[in-house]
Amino acid sequence: MSEKYIGRSSQIAARVLGGEMMVMSSVDSTFFTLNEVATAIWQAADGRTPLTEIVVRNVCDEFEVDLETARRDAEQFVSELSHHGILLVSDHPFDMSAGPVEAA
Amino acid sequence: MNQQHEIAIEIGGTPILFRTHDSSFREMMIDRYGGFIGFLSRPTLEFEVELVTPSGEMESEEDAQVEMRDGLWHFRRGDFRARWDPGAGRGYIRQSANPYSVDSVLRIVHSLILAGNGGFLLHAASAIRDGRAFLFSGISGAGKTTISRLAPPDVVLLTDEISYVRREARGYHACGTPFAGELARVGTNCSAPVATLFLLGKGSENKIEVVNTAEAVRCLLRNILFFAEDAELVEMIFRSACDFVDRVSVRRLTFVPDTRVWDLIV
Repeated sequence: MSEKYIGRSSQIAARVLGGEMMVMSSVDSTFFTLNEVATAIWQAADGRTPLTEIVVRNVCDEFEVDLETARRDAEQFVSELSHHGILLVSDHPFDMSAGPVEAA
Repeated sequence: MNQQHEIAIEIGGTPILFRTHDSSFREMMIDRYGGFIGFLSRPTLEFEVELVTPSGEMESEEDAQVEMRDGLWHFRRGDFRARWDPGAGRGYIRQSANPYSVDSVLRIVHSLILAGNGGFLLHAASAIRDGRAFLFSGISGAGKTTISRLAPPDVVLLTDEISYVRREARGYHACGTPFAGELARVGTNCSAPVATLFLLGKGSENKIEVVNTAEAVRCLLRNILFFAEDAELVEMIFRSACDFVDRVSVRRLTFVPDTRVWDLIV
């Protein structure tokens, strides 16, 4: 399975309130509240760190979750947020300000 | 024949002047906006109103569309066309001689002005008691008109339908609006600091419950009036909703529709 790289879209507004990360798409106004694990992934989504590395370093190590479970949950989370354009996903590292480059 | 007639409608301390050639249209607005007639000498912005004969094209029931093009806001719905130059503070409305079109333009313009200043229009009844404002928010049927109708005599009703929430240096103020719901009564033109936002629901007993932060923001966002599909404004509204929830108490109010519910509103 190829590696994934994830980055935060610039077309969102986010704020931590009451200890929870809230994210809203400025494109379709969808609103998400992220739990602790999702927040850890979200904050590490820099477009350059492989998703697997984020899962190992920021989820398994921090929350004592096994890799298989953490990876499956992370894939689902990334899929949902990318569907709303809140997270950007690519097979290659990318600059978040420019967004991922689509393969030719 | 070409004499112009002016009227200023002042909501939330923001006077908007309307200019028309039809004196009867001005009279209709005076009747409708009674307590909200402002001073002509200091309008924040001005609209020329062109009244036209109703046509089939202008009778459709499409939702209002609001968009920014070339520095101008353009509003359109079946019953009106309007544009507003926020830089110049001037605008134009083309509608038939009915009170609903200009009422919609007022809601749109105020929602845009408020968004830029950290405030918002909210689907909520609001009222002042003992110098503090209480907001009662919910979708149609949640009980906005019911709780307004049950208000005791010491309560000043600001609106039973659309609340005006203005950001101030030290918190938020609720202002009266002429935007009436089923109560069909224009609100009182005054304001007070917001003490609590209640999320309304009808039930078998009167009770107030704590609402977690995320749910409060979610419900608030759901009930804020917002017309423009503009990314920058969406972000402003999100930040305003978060800031409001951070500063103002938000509670869920379940109530039985009788006057005892007001015993809890103190």
